Amino acid sequence: MTLSGFFEADGRQLSRAGIVLLMAPFFVLIAFAFLYPLVNLLSISVLEPAPTLANYERVFDNPVYARVLFRTLRIALLVSLLSLLLSFPVALLMANSTGPKAVFLTACVLLPFWSSVLVRTAAWAVLLQRNGLVNQTLQAVGLTSEPVTLLYTQGAVVVAMTHVLMPFMVLPIYGALRNIPSDYARAAAISGAGPVRTFWEVTLPLAMPGVIGGVILVFLSALGYFITPALLGSPQEMMIATLISQQMRENLDWPFAAALVGVLTLFVTIITIAFSKVFRFDRMMGGRT
Amino acid sequence: MNPRTLLLNAYVYAVLAFILVPILIILPMAFSETQYLAFPPQGFTLRWFADFFADRRWMDAMWFSVKIATLTAITTAIIGTMATYALVRGAGSLGTVFQALLIGPIVVPHIALAVALYLFFQTTGLSGTVTGYVLAHCVIAMPFTVFTVAAALSSVDPALEDAAMSCGASRFTAFRLITLPIILPNVIAGALFAFIISFDEPVVAFFLAGIRDKTLPRMMFDDIEQNLTPIIPAIAVLLTVLSIAVLIGAALLRRMSERNAAAPKET
Repeated sequence: MTLSGFFEADGRQLSRAGIVLLMAPFFVLIAFAFLYPLVNLLSISVLEPAPTLANYERVFDNPVYARVLFRTLRIALLVSLLSLLLSFPVALLMANSTGPKAVFLTACVLLPFWSSVLVRTAAWAVLLQRNGLVNQTLQAVGLTSEPVTLLYTQGAVVVAMTHVLMPFMVLPIYGALRNIPSDYARAAAISGAGPVRTFWEVTLPLAMPGVIGGVILVFLSALGYFITPALLGSPQEMMIATLISQQMRENLDWPFAAALVGVLTLFVTIITIAFSKVFRFDRMMGGRT
Repeated sequence: MNPRTLLLNAYVYAVLAFILVPILIILPMAFSETQYLAFPPQGFTLRWFADFFADRRWMDAMWFSVKIATLTAITTAIIGTMATYALVRGAGSLGTVFQALLIGPIVVPHIALAVALYLFFQTTGLSGTVTGYVLAHCVIAMPFTVFTVAAALSSVDPALEDAAMSCGASRFTAFRLITLPIILPNVIAGALFAFIISFDEPVVAFFLAGIRDKTLPRMMFDDIEQNLTPIIPAIAVLLTVLSIAVLIGAALLRRMSERNAAAPKET
């Protein structure tokens, strides 16, 4: 996990003391408001009521909680796949466009990125409500004779989360596609490959780092997503973040909530470490390489 | 246009419709005369904006959010620029630790951070306080500010500072008079990003909210959950205008910064 190249040391070097002094506020902030609270929380999960793994056993033994975990994984996977299917063609067209069309496409992709998650979730609540636009349309085209329950279902959560997380998929794929020199496609064409073969054997393999980066980014975000499932989901089909919130705030079962956070953090960490060699965060953030 | 390109275009425009329709549909509802949220909007009124600005609770929440976001932006810009400068000028092994810790808040889900801070702040009395929110939002916004500042800093020719120092300037003077003016647009852009991230942050706000002091996103969450009034589209319009203004501002600043960094090298 490095940001190498981005931050290469250069020029007259700072003294050791200077570096420590300049970095100290950052380390104090992270230690106080990130590391300590997290370690503190996780320690509760194994120390209370007595040193024990019982809190973790409950997560996996109780079928209700195991189902929440499984459902969360399934929804996160579904959202990632949907995002990929929707995003790749958009990124492809963006990378192949120039001038006003490229600007227009980029603006369309970036606009939701810059509007509030709460606003977008509210928009889906309005669209999916009983007499909302989706139900009106379904009735107008005769697919259904009376309003269908769309809100507070797993489908609502999946659609809205895909909408919110999609831009995180488009940008890395677009970045990877744009870095492919156009000579490659020409070389493939001269060698006799048609556009389809060029796509499968040249473009797609070279775009894979962007694809994997996007999928991981969306998958990780979806695993711990709180706002959209809390507002649009059904209480019977809870995801892990809502369960954590419920155990923490309503049941006041802090050790168990902490164990749930532990499981979630473990998932996220393993996936990140496993893929940290494949994708680099600085590229995801739009940094130069 | 061959059929394959046509198909790709059609698919992409369908996807763009999926992206844009929900956003474009909620905005005009801010001007609808109906009490409930429905499309298409009927009539035209600015009543919901007036309601928003007249309501004490919404105004309190907005100013509370503005206060937190401003403090977050300033704190993040200062701390982030200091650390990034040390990194670019040779932090060695400490730099590796810095980078790992910088990535941490991106990787760890916000729900985990929010719950951890909820517990910690309960025992330290920081729950619901400005300090508590600012600390949490600084952690979340820091990576974005650092990346923005680092982009400018890594393209500043270190020979400029070396020259200033060989003329007798201290390291700090060289930074203040040479480097800082060059990277300032990016530092401000980074601060703007931090402002927007903080102003729009719903998860930590959900857990840290006190009984009295709520942030704007927290108030919006409650409204969406309970009654979903037309005030939400009105806020959506205001937030969209704010975000677009910040986005354009940040882009302009970044372009300025690129010009700043490029100019001295050409001569």
